This record gives sequence, C-alpha cells and structure tokens, in this order.
Amino acid sequence: MSDHITEIIVFSILFLLVSGMGFVAARWRAPQDINHLDEWGLGGRSFGGWITWFLVGGDLYTAYTFVAVPALIFGAGAAGFFAVPYTIIVYPIFFLILIRLWSVSHRHGFVTPADFVRTRFGSPTLALLIAITGIVATMPYIALQLIGIEAVLKTMGVTGDSAVARHLPIIIAFAILAAYTYQSGLRAPALIAFVKDTLIYIVIIVAVLYLPYKLGGWGSIFDDAQAKFQASPAPGDGITLNANNQLQYITLALGSALALFLYPHSITGVLASKNRNVIKRNMSALPAYSFLLGLIALLGYMAISAGVKPLPGAKAGSLDNNTVVPLLFDQQFPSWFAGVAFAAIGIGALVPAAIMSIAAANLFTRNIYKEYLKKDATPAQEASVSKITSLLVKVGAVACIIFLDPQFSIDLQLIGGVIILQTGPAVALGLFTRWFHRGGLIAGWIAGMGLGMWMLYDIPNAATGRAHFGGSAFPLKDFGFDTPKTIYVGFLAVAVNLLVAVIATFILRATKTADGIDGTTTTDYFADEDDPRLEQERTTPDAIGSST
Amino acid sequence: MTEPKPRSDRSPWNWLLLIPVALPLITPLFNSDTPRLWGFPAFYWLQFAFILVGVASTTLVYRMTHRPSLREAIDE
Repeated sequence: MSDHITEIIVFSILFLLVSGMGFVAARWRAPQDINHLDEWGLGGRSFGGWITWFLVGGDLYTAYTFVAVPALIFGAGAAGFFAVPYTIIVYPIFFLILIRLWSVSHRHGFVTPADFVRTRFGSPTLALLIAITGIVATMPYIALQLIGIEAVLKTMGVTGDSAVARHLPIIIAFAILAAYTYQSGLRAPALIAFVKDTLIYIVIIVAVLYLPYKLGGWGSIFDDAQAKFQASPAPGDGITLNANNQLQYITLALGSALALFLYPHSITGVLASKNRNVIKRNMSALPAYSFLLGLIALLGYMAISAGVKPLPGAKAGSLDNNTVVPLLFDQQFPSWFAGVAFAAIGIGALVPAAIMSIAAANLFTRNIYKEYLKKDATPAQEASVSKITSLLVKVGAVACIIFLDPQFSIDLQLIGGVIILQTGPAVALGLFTRWFHRGGLIAGWIAGMGLGMWMLYDIPNAATGRAHFGGSAFPLKDFGFDTPKTIYVGFLAVAVNLLVAVIATFILRATKTADGIDGTTTTDYFADEDDPRLEQERTTPDAIGSST
Repeated sequence: MTEPKPRSDRSPWNWLLLIPVALPLITPLFNSDTPRLWGFPAFYWLQFAFILVGVASTTLVYRMTHRPSLREAIDE
C-alpha cells in the first residue's frame, strides 16, 4: 500500500475539494426559493452555453465510459471504437429533436420526458411506462459509475478483502455525493463538472503526448496491438473490422446514438439550458468530448503495447479488464500525476451519478407520486419528494454493487440501452407527429420490450462461459439466416416496436377506439425563452367525459 | 397570446445534417489499415476526421438558421 501513498493523497485532496464545491453549489446562482422542482431538479432552467457544455459533457461521457471503452478496445480492438461514430452521429440526429423538446417543455413546465408524453398523448398509462422504463434503465447506469471508481481504488490498493472493507471507500464517496446532491440539486454536478472535465482534458492530453513517446510512437502502438490480436484465437478481434462485425458496428453506433438522448439524465441536462440557441450551439461544441473519447479509447492499445496485465476480477480465475487504464497510468506516470488521473476518473463518476439520480427522482416524483399518490402536490412537496428519492436511488445503486455480482449491473446496463430505445417512438417521434394512437404506442412498447429481452437472453458469451445476456450482438443465424453476421439487439427491437405501433394505430383508428387528447399546440414546439409558460393545469384526459 | 408570424424550424440547410450521420456508418469507406497518418491506421484517423465534419455541419446549420431571440433583437 505504501507505494501508492502519493496517489492516495492527491486523489483524496481533489476528491474533498470537489465535495466542498458540491455543498457550496447551493448558493451558486442562488434562486429565491430552491424548494421548487425547477430549481432543485433543473437548476432553474437557466444554464448558458458554457455551463451546459460542461454539464452535458460530464453527463454523457461518464467514468464508466472512460474505463469501459478502452477496456473493450484492449480486449477486442476495432469493434470497441464504435463509441466514436456513435458520439459523432448523435448530435446531428438530435439537433432538431432537442430544440422541439426544450420548447414544449419550457411552455408547459415539463421536467421529464414522461411529462411530455402524458400531455401529448393524453395517457397517464403511457407516461407511466415511459417513466418506469427510464428509472429501470438509469439505475444500473448509476451502479456502473461505482465500478469506475472501484477500478481506480483497486489499482491504488485501498480495497480490502472482506465485503465491507472492499466497499467502504465507495460507501463513503457515495454518502458524500448523496448529501450534497440532496442539498444543492442539479447545481452541484453543474459546478463540479468544471473541475471534472478540466482534469480529464489535462490527463488525456498529457497521456496522448507522453505515452506514445515512451512506447515508441503511434505506429508501433498499433502494430503491437495487431500482433496481439493475430496471436489470439478469438475470431472477431483486430485493429480493423472484419466481414462479420461491420453490421454490428453500424447498428450498435446508430442504436446507441438514438438511445443516448432518450435517457432521462441526458434530457435533464438539456432542459436545464436557458434557451434554444444554447442547445444548438452545444450540438457543435459537444463533439470536443467525442474527440477526447476517441483518444481515451486508444489508451486500450497503449495498455497492450505497455504490456499491462489486468487485475483479477470478482470471480476466481476471471480478469477485470476495467483495470487496464488505471494500471497503465499507475505504471507509466509519476505517482502524483497518476493520483490526478485517478481523481479525474473518480470525480468523473460523481457528476453523471448525481444527474442520473436527480433524473430518476424527478421521474418518480412527477409521473408516479404526483400522478397516482398525491395529485395536488405543491412544487415544494415535489421538490422534497425528489430530494428523498434521489437518496434512495443512490442507496439502491450502492446495494447493487455490494450485494450483487458487478456483472449483474453490466448486464442491466446492456439491457438499459435496449429498453430506453423503446421509448423513442413516443418521446422522439411524438415531438414531430401526433399520428400515433396512444394504444398503438403502448402495443409497440410491449412488442419491442419482449423481443429485445428475448434476444438478449438468447445471446451466450463464449469468453465468460455464460449462456445468457452475454452481449448485445445477436447472431442472425438464430433467425434462420445462413450467415455469421451479428446485429445490435436494440436496433431490431425498436424497428419491431415501430412496426407494431403503426399497425396497431391503423387498427385502433379503424375500430374508432378513443384516443387521448393532445394538450400541446403547434406553436409550443417553437417557443423560446421569452415566451411565457402556460398556466399549469393538469387535466385528466383519461377520465370519461373529459373530451371537450 | 398572439404570434406575430408562424414560426418554423424548416430550412434547406438542415439537410446538411445528414452528411455527418451517414459518413461514419459507411464502414467500407474507412475500414482499412492504410494509408496511415502519423502512425494511425486509416480506420482511426478517418473517424477522427469525421468528428470535424460533424462540427462543421452543425455549426453551419446553426449559423444559417439562427433566429435571434426577442431579447437579443431588442438589445440590437
């Protein structure tokens, strides 16, 4: 442990500094009344271009990404680089979608995507499905942030052998996080994101300049990686794609991109911005993080070139590839700088974990508590329910990591991407068209969920010897096609979802089944910051006789 | 409230957004080791280059469709 002492000191100082900022954040850009969900949960909907850039960047590019993507590259090569095309195409795709979502939310005071669906399609049931999907998809994502911190702690050797000793540092870290998120709401991650992103940029710029110099240049790093993949028996690896995994690469990039801004925490970051232009400008500024992510991904190859051997995993005989990047830093950097790098990853976990817990709490408050438990809840009651829920969500995430195999969280996260995509037809297409029948969207959701789950269940993983939930690459031969090609599960599931939604809409229209009432007007989708908010009056269109 | 004139996000410039969506999904374009640039195989440096294409497209669309908000218009 003593050889890591410098790293631990640097890590602890930076971590404590950031925690202090988290508590002070409540007074940053202080509102008159923080006991309102708009203030606690959306930072007063007032963030300008820079804050949004740091906040959304810190939100989307999580600690887990920074650890898992290079781990994927380390293990499989080019296939893991899908994260780059994924984070290129996401911004042009959502450029026109998010400004409409912002406008209609500004006009109606929506806090969550389910709020929008409820008003647009007049269906609390559909909104409930969207809210539950969002919560279920977000929970394992929070747990995964802990895996990011754990990889760092493991490398510094501060994890003991017993279950409690192994997890104590994480419990402390999350307790601090929970306390300042409770107090400061979205302002805490917004302020901390400045430190987190600055640290990450410094670490990565140093890493990509210094490490290739030490390892004999980029050319030899790629050559070393190619040599390793040629020697390995696995068929799918290599520094370029092969004939069989290109379809997977394309559909995974596209499917992940479509899913990204459907995640509740992404939408929270977007709705916190103060006007449409902030969002549009960020669609061209956020790719700076994609550049960074691409460089981070290549750390996986540097780890191969440097001869890094991953630490053992939770189960005997397994290896934890997530430790390769922390190990690379530990072996190649002076210990004080390794400490800075570890702090960057550790703090990097706090920002998204805070935003995710706020987003999940908002979904519960707005679409379950207010909808079903206490219809006349005041904004102050909403805020306090959200604050308490955000605590519970974090306790749940920590419990996931302590009591369950971490692999379980990774599986859930895999499922998370597939299921959040199933909200796409209602949330994203719903912003452009009211053509779908609410019943059609519910039917599509059920079909997409069912197919997605079945496909994920059907996928084995040869490397870990698991029979089910072994990955997101579905072999097309299981559908009877004579091909070794694979496809991303979420992509196929959402296509079926859409198809069922269309067919069911035709049937429901033909049978003249009652549809919900659209509570929005065309002009709502173009409103900007100067347009006043409509009087908040929650109607209950599902009730009989509400049609006017 | 009365709208001075109907607003819209429609613009022919929006079609430009299709370029950075399509390019990174056409794997035969860049799935190759050569030519290398500063030691990077084409697969990697071309995808890094696509990031710049994405930034250029979204920036151009933003500039061309920019609608000053009421507040900015009053300031001017």
